[in-house]
Amino acid sequence: MNELLNTIPHIDRITHRGAFSGAAPKRTETFRARSGKDNKVLPSLEEAVRAAGLRDGMTISFHHHFRGGDHVVNQVLDTLADMGFRDLTLAASSLADVHTPLIRHIQNGVVTHIETSGLRGQLAEEISRGLLECPVVFRSHGGRAAAICSGEVHINVAFLGAPSCDPYGNANGYSRDDDTSIACGSMGYARTDAKYADKVIILTNNLVRYPNAPWAIPEYDVDYIVVTDDIGDPAGIMSGATRYTKNPKELLIAQTAANVIDAAGYLYDGFSMQMGSGGASLAVARFLRQMMQKKNIRCRFALGGITGQITAMHEEGMIDRILDVQSFDLDAALSLKKNRFHHQIDATYYASFLFAAAVDQLDFVILSALEIDTDFNVNVLTGSDGVIRGAIGGHPDTAAGASLSVVVAPLTRGRIPTVIDRVNTIVTPGAVVDVVVTDQGIAVNPRRPEVAERLEQAGMRVNTIQQLKDRAEALAGRPDPIRYKDRVVGVVMYRDNTVIDVIRQIDES
Amino acid sequence: MELKKTAVAGTMESSDIMVTVEPREHGGIVLELTSSVMKQYGRRIEQVIRETAAELGVEHALIRAVDKGALDCTVRARAAAALFRAAGQENHIWEVGK
Amino acid sequence: MGGGQVNDKRYVKDRLRRSMMFVPGNNPGMIADSRIYGADSIMFDLEDSVSLAEKDAARLLVYQALKTLDFGKKEIVVRVNDLGSGLGVRDLEAIIPAGVHVVRLPKTDGPQDVADCEREIARIEQAHGIPVGATGMMAAIESANGVFNAREIAHASDRLIGIALGAEDYVTDLKTVRSDGTELFFARSMILHAARAAGIAALDTVYSDVNNEEGFLAEVELIHKLGFDGKSVINPRQIEPLHRAFIPSERDLRKAYDVIAAIEEANARGSGVISLNGKMIDRPIVLRAQRLIALAEADRIAREE
Repeated sequence: MNELLNTIPHIDRITHRGAFSGAAPKRTETFRARSGKDNKVLPSLEEAVRAAGLRDGMTISFHHHFRGGDHVVNQVLDTLADMGFRDLTLAASSLADVHTPLIRHIQNGVVTHIETSGLRGQLAEEISRGLLECPVVFRSHGGRAAAICSGEVHINVAFLGAPSCDPYGNANGYSRDDDTSIACGSMGYARTDAKYADKVIILTNNLVRYPNAPWAIPEYDVDYIVVTDDIGDPAGIMSGATRYTKNPKELLIAQTAANVIDAAGYLYDGFSMQMGSGGASLAVARFLRQMMQKKNIRCRFALGGITGQITAMHEEGMIDRILDVQSFDLDAALSLKKNRFHHQIDATYYASFLFAAAVDQLDFVILSALEIDTDFNVNVLTGSDGVIRGAIGGHPDTAAGASLSVVVAPLTRGRIPTVIDRVNTIVTPGAVVDVVVTDQGIAVNPRRPEVAERLEQAGMRVNTIQQLKDRAEALAGRPDPIRYKDRVVGVVMYRDNTVIDVIRQIDES
Repeated sequence: MELKKTAVAGTMESSDIMVTVEPREHGGIVLELTSSVMKQYGRRIEQVIRETAAELGVEHALIRAVDKGALDCTVRARAAAALFRAAGQENHIWEVGK
Repeated sequence: MGGGQVNDKRYVKDRLRRSMMFVPGNNPGMIADSRIYGADSIMFDLEDSVSLAEKDAARLLVYQALKTLDFGKKEIVVRVNDLGSGLGVRDLEAIIPAGVHVVRLPKTDGPQDVADCEREIARIEQAHGIPVGATGMMAAIESANGVFNAREIAHASDRLIGIALGAEDYVTDLKTVRSDGTELFFARSMILHAARAAGIAALDTVYSDVNNEEGFLAEVELIHKLGFDGKSVINPRQIEPLHRAFIPSERDLRKAYDVIAAIEEANARGSGVISLNGKMIDRPIVLRAQRLIALAEADRIAREE
């Protein structure tokens, strides 16, 4: 046989490992008997950590699909602290209020670096006051996916909570077999971690029979599985349904934003869109729906974080396809489970700049803002007091990808002007922000004169961003500037993973 | 204007400010302010309250204010209302000559 | 106290008044936001929405708001307490120097109520060096007696810009409740005729079931057909659909412009007989066309705000 091989032309250029040497012994047990023993389930988290070969100084990752109900991060960090690990880099797709216990692990030296899309609550406040020696690295969802993919962020061990998983590691945010009370719908951000991490440990409360199809994470990306009673609090993971706001100011902003999209020419049969989940930006969907009905047009696809409002329109036949990287409410999660044109996508597919991503196919996106400056730069990360209290999310990714990015915000919030001279932190550069809609007027980026012209033709009044800023200041008065120290507590990356801004420690002296 | 009793005006709702005025014999105007926008507007709110007290001729008082993002005009209105109530007077700031 | 004058002081007798938005006078958040909703007139209320214990605080708040906040081109109305309560005069003493366009009188039963209020207004204007007559008035009719006196009320003062129906008290006075509108038919007709006879605006009552958009639109259509100029609203969400009902359709507007063009052409020819597409155009047609064009123009200007 081996001699015969040498007679094949160009055999030296064909990758081969020699001639057939006989099959391994065939297994004859039933499928059921096999899956009982030959699988990836380990008896404890400690054993999985040891098996994964975690060492001091390594990078561990988490996803944020359990939002405020997440128990995985705290549980894993408590275990790693007990096991004596130190100097870990925590790379989460995002962190929330519920992760306040991390403060202790930072103080004890278990965690020395953090990568995340956002920070909130007490942890965010402590970090703004200089808790962490090394600055937190903030990335957008697309930027994180790109950094993981390129190796810029190298994940040694990913700890991924999953509401369902089979003994071989096919994991998902829900189960078509038997859901427990915990479901998170899409696990889009976890999929990128699973694909690129050296070792992947799934934590699940619901070990289901093989094959757990459909899966978010395929078994070949999973190394170990730990079954635990408690991966999260269902109430914090998902609320029943995101409700439309009744706040008249938010409704006014939403109506105006919908009118802007229409007047700008992006509401046509077959358009594509992404909507936020917050008050005004979510309410835009309601007005778009009315306008679509009137015009008798359909949306080709809705992208992004998905709410029940989007899935309801899908079920009414008004949206052909849903591309879901994160399900915001239970209605969205249920739709993902039952509707075949509601697709689960991963972070790379959603927004990575390394590839032609779904964000690049958007006609428009509705985005929120904490601050907007007269150069149209947007801050969604730090409050007007300089304290970190938000998340980048897909803000810069979708603003850059969409043909029309519309930022909606009240002109003032509890006296604080939203439109100001200079944002405290640049998250999304004015170069990709097209229209700002407030309760007191619209401003169009001078880069888009044709949009301004179309709005005016439709009878809408277009202000300069400076006029909006002046109006806010006339109403609220000029705020005293926030004082910062020199020390940098956060580095903000643009979606291409270049540094776009830094966050400094607040000065409270 | 002479203060006779402790009085309150305003609410704890968003965009409002609750002002409590206690008569004092001496010590000038002592102001205890908490605000949801302390860093950005604390200085301004204090200035408006002190101006209002001065314009109404109140020299000594303990004024406690809990602010929820009230605009200047609201701060002025609530401070004046609390001061008038503390003095047991009808509000007549709009009278000619005042 | 406070800064200089930010809003125009003098009222305008004839203007667009499709919507008059109620804003509780003791709610600083709603007062600050009141201009953003596109209402033609904003009405700060010192009467029913303010409890007796807070009358002084609300008066101060509205006073400061009028003096310092910029309400753009909006008409500013303040509903004062009735003069018989003793509170009304104090309200007037505050809001007139602060710069109000129109004082809304509640519970007007007869012309004497208007005259009494006018006298107080004139006194206060004089005391503050404001030209006498700078402040407008409107009267809300909220009783059977008031409805019968509508005509005299409407003629009671030159300052009156309009009369309004206040239905909640009125139906109670009639020993009925609000239903499909039949119960208001007589009052609406009386008030409309009284207003037209006096050459002032006729304004309809509020529709308080905010979540019933269909019912609201039906009522709007009814009062528009009757001939009312507009309506009070309690929720900003009602403003846009209300205005939409009052905006002339493209088709009607085009016809109106054709009518005007025909007149101009006839005038140029020196002909007294005006015809369009073979039909005679008489005076009512011309008046309606002019009114429609004025309404569309006023709407355009209002939107520019």
